[in-house]
Order: sequence, then C-alpha cells, then structure tokens
Amino acid sequence: MSGVTSINLVENALLVSIQDDVTDTEIVALQETLSNRIAKERVKGVILDISSLEIVDTFVGRVIAQLAGISRLLAAETYVVGMRPAVAVTLVELGMYLPDIRTALSLTHALSQLRRA
Amino acid sequence: MPDPEGTSGRAAIAEITLATSRDVVAARQAVARILKERGLSVMRITRFVTAVSEIARNAIVHGGGGQISIYLDTRKEYLRVECRDEGPGIEDVTLAMTEGYTTAGGLGRGLGGAKRLSHGFEVRSAPGKGTTVSMSVKL
Repeated sequence: MSGVTSINLVENALLVSIQDDVTDTEIVALQETLSNRIAKERVKGVILDISSLEIVDTFVGRVIAQLAGISRLLAAETYVVGMRPAVAVTLVELGMYLPDIRTALSLTHALSQLRRA
Repeated sequence: MPDPEGTSGRAAIAEITLATSRDVVAARQAVARILKERGLSVMRITRFVTAVSEIARNAIVHGGGGQISIYLDTRKEYLRVECRDEGPGIEDVTLAMTEGYTTAGGLGRGLGGAKRLSHGFEVRSAPGKGTTVSMSVKL
C-alpha cells in the first residue's frame, strides 16, 4: 500500500482519503487493508473522502461499490463524501448510480449520521 | 481511418507509454493538464479525461500495454487522443461497444461509456491486429 491513501480513525469511523493519483493496483490493495481494519477496530462506519478525485471511472466506481459491500458485511456503513459535481454527472452518464452507497456532502454530515446510528 | 478533426500528418504534442496502472494515471493527468491550459470547463475536462482513463486501462488489461498519442488539429479546434495496443484485438467492435458487454468480468460500461463521453470516437481493430481507439474533444 503506497502512501497516497490514508486511513484514520475518527470517532467510530474509519476516514479514508483517496488521493487523485491512486492507481488501480493501490485501490484494490485498499480493499484488503480496509476490510482488515474494519474487523479489527470494530467501527460503525467507513467514510470515503473522494474530494481529491478529479475523475472516477467505471473501475474505481466498481471498487468503491465493492468497498461498500464489504463494509456492510462487516457491520459498518459506508459514506462517500466530497464527490465533485462533475464526477457525479459523469458517473450517471456511465450508468453507475452506486445505489448501495450513502453519500454525504461533508465529513461533518457523515459523522453526525453515524453518531445517530 | 477517417480524419474528421484534421490531425493526420500532424506531430503528436505528447506521447505516453502504457505499461502499468501508474501510466493510466500519467495519461489522464497529461490530458487534463492540456485541456486546463486550453480553458475547458471542469465538466468537459472530467467527462473526456474519464473516457481516456477507460481506454488507457483497456489497452493495459486487454492489449498487454500500449501507447497514447495526443494531437491538436491545425485550427486548434479539437484535441484527439489515440490509444494503440498490439493485443489480441476485438472480433466484433459493434458488439464490444454494446452496453453491458464484457469479456473481463467488468460492468461492460467502459467502451460504450467512453464513446458517450467523447465528441468523436472510433475503434479500429481486428483479431490478431491489435486495437486503436481514437477519441476527440472539441476545444
């Protein structure tokens, strides 16, 4: 796992910041690292901060959807925060609606939802 | 290959070799930088760069690596990105462009999606002859 993606414990959630120059190999490695940490730290949520991502293509979109699926099986909810408007428009054009993912406009919003969970 | 954007015979303004997933990042960053310099809107940059990312990855995953060349037409109205690989090629290009069609276990949205996100889009391929994808965006 390279240093381009960080995972930090914030309250009862793991905050994952994905950097724009993340490669396919690294984001796949993130799945494994993250699933181990969810189980070990027994968090209620995973917050994926994608505000650095200038684009999300079908591969990265699929990995994000899988991350949400894995988290759910490990009893944690996934929130995606910081999606850029142009990224949202492009994902919908690609037919990727990411139905199982909760989105929040900010980290504060995601954390407040997790506190109520 | 037809050349509606008038870039044939022009020298590429940038070339990127595609071998690893790191090179896909380099390719999309190079295209994004050129489009930003040309003053395109964030929305149009995002759409086209996403298309480039899909096609560059295809060249690595299906084509065993490849080469990207970036061209500007004479009147500087279009940016054209050509992605070539020497892989097994596509037997039926029309079928491969169909929504939901996949050979690699993906969602089958890559090729058709990339077409939708580009102004001009062309695939030239034959079994054993590799694949060349040409995509362009209006500046």
